[in-house]
Amino acid sequence: MSMRFRILKNIIKQGFQGMWRNKGMGLASVTSITAVLVILGLILIMILSLNNVVIDTQAKFDEIQIFLQDDITEEQFKRIEDEVKNRQEVLSAVYQSKEEALETWKEEWGDEGYLLEGLEPNPLPNTLIIKLRDIEYADKVVDSIEGLQGIEEIQYNQDIIDKLVTFANYARAGGLVIVGILLLVSIFIISNTIKLTVTARKREIGIMKYVGATNGYIRGPFIIEGLLFGVIGAIVSILIVNFGYGYLFNILNDRLYVLFTVYLISPTTLIKDISIIFIAIGAGIGALGSLVSLKRFLNV
Amino acid sequence: MIKFVDITKEYKNGVIALSKVNLSIAKGEFVFLVGPSGAGKSTLIKLLLKEENPTHGRIYLHNTDITKVKNRKIPFIRRNVGVVFQDFRLLPNKTVYENIAFAMEIIGAHPKDIRRNIPMVLSMVNLSKKAYNYPNQLSGGEHQRVAIARAIVNSPPVLIADEPTGNLDPETAWDIMKVLRDINRRGTTVLMATHAKDIVDVMKKRVIEIEKGEIVRDEEKGVYEHEISNT
Ligand SMILES: Nc1ncnc2c1ncn2[C@@H]1O[C@H](COP(=O)(O)OP(=O)(O)O)[C@@H](O)[C@H]1O
Ligand SMILES: [Mg+2]
Repeated sequence: MSMRFRILKNIIKQGFQGMWRNKGMGLASVTSITAVLVILGLILIMILSLNNVVIDTQAKFDEIQIFLQDDITEEQFKRIEDEVKNRQEVLSAVYQSKEEALETWKEEWGDEGYLLEGLEPNPLPNTLIIKLRDIEYADKVVDSIEGLQGIEEIQYNQDIIDKLVTFANYARAGGLVIVGILLLVSIFIISNTIKLTVTARKREIGIMKYVGATNGYIRGPFIIEGLLFGVIGAIVSILIVNFGYGYLFNILNDRLYVLFTVYLISPTTLIKDISIIFIAIGAGIGALGSLVSLKRFLNV
Repeated sequence: MIKFVDITKEYKNGVIALSKVNLSIAKGEFVFLVGPSGAGKSTLIKLLLKEENPTHGRIYLHNTDITKVKNRKIPFIRRNVGVVFQDFRLLPNKTVYENIAFAMEIIGAHPKDIRRNIPMVLSMVNLSKKAYNYPNQLSGGEHQRVAIARAIVNSPPVLIADEPTGNLDPETAWDIMKVLRDINRRGTTVLMATHAKDIVDVMKKRVIEIEKGEIVRDEEKGVYEHEISNT
């Protein structure tokens, strides 16, 4: 057992030595991994933020607004409300008077809300706001109430959501494809770097074999070397993404583009998620790159 | 200890380097493998190290049929066979001490054993003073002595040498032979391929002669050339 431990220690030590000895060539590997991960970071930020937009939009548009005529009668209203509330697709139906609607509007406008002050007569309609279990049911529900008396207009936004979801899906797929290609490219770059060092040490490897070193013992240091390059690249990219994005986020926030930043994933959340993923990917690319380059070399 | 049974080796290009070779070497023997260049001496050694596989036949090393051993297990066979080459094969960026330590590190030897064994083998090959020199600060004979020290540091039962004196002047060659003889006297089986007629003639050890891949002579206390044969 302790013999195995000593062997492992030797392998790791040699991996570090190898990394130090090949720091020049390693720079290429580290740079490529850093570049890939930074791009991956940007794509992740994009995808996560887009997700926020989709979720938020879905929540907002997940409703049908029934604008009521001003002269709607009690029975007409009751009829509509019953029809809606009895449907199982409907989560809730809330009445919002034109006065309440104006208030909400003012709130949403915030500082500029005073512009709506003294808007007489109130141009907004009384509204019955229906929340659905799923926006998919919108057509069905709308069909059932369409002919009823006292309704001025029915509004819902299936189209926008559909388009947004489709767009988000494409963006996600596109991002993944780009990341996939970049990962392959950096595995290729690493494997070439390691291949150079393996070639330079071919003689040494031959001697190791004669003395009875196992393939694992010979491969180990190279794999650790690649892994270390990967981890260094990951750390650099985490720093870049963290500081770069944090800086950008703060600028946007300070300039009051709040509308924009509410959807952006917060830098603190990002860094937590990203760190582990990046280190894992960096180490993975590094080790895989080494393995690829060693495969052909070490066949006895 | 070593046994070749009906060994034939045909390389991919069709060259038949060994043909129906049978030989058996007992524990503790010192054996010269002689024959002209291209006779098949190195091929025989490569088969023992499993650097090449025979086309036909079996090779036993301490009762294990190494022709049946899986590639993955080759390193463990090599640990039981110390090997020395004509071109020394030292790691240039390591000192004498480190070159030898390396052979112990790969098998996970205890640092205490490493510190104990290396001075021991260095004194066996008379190189204690050069422990911290790099290979480029050594003469040819010293190179070979480091290689021998490395080959025996893990106490393999067999030491194989492929023309170990091939690159050395006669006087240095004799120094190396004395080292090999000492190692043999301590119980290690030694198999040495060589061209050096004078060495073989003086040593009076068993001689196996190969010609064109076939064993043509196997003689106790032999000399390089067969006295009677003059064809
Ligand atoms: N890897 C190889 N591929 C093809 N032929 C080889 C190879 N190695 C050796 N040979 C041939 O096998 C024969 C024996 O070579 P070798 O064993 O090196 O002889 P020796 O060591 O006695 O000089 C020679 O004809 C040589 O050209
Ligand atoms: Mg030869």
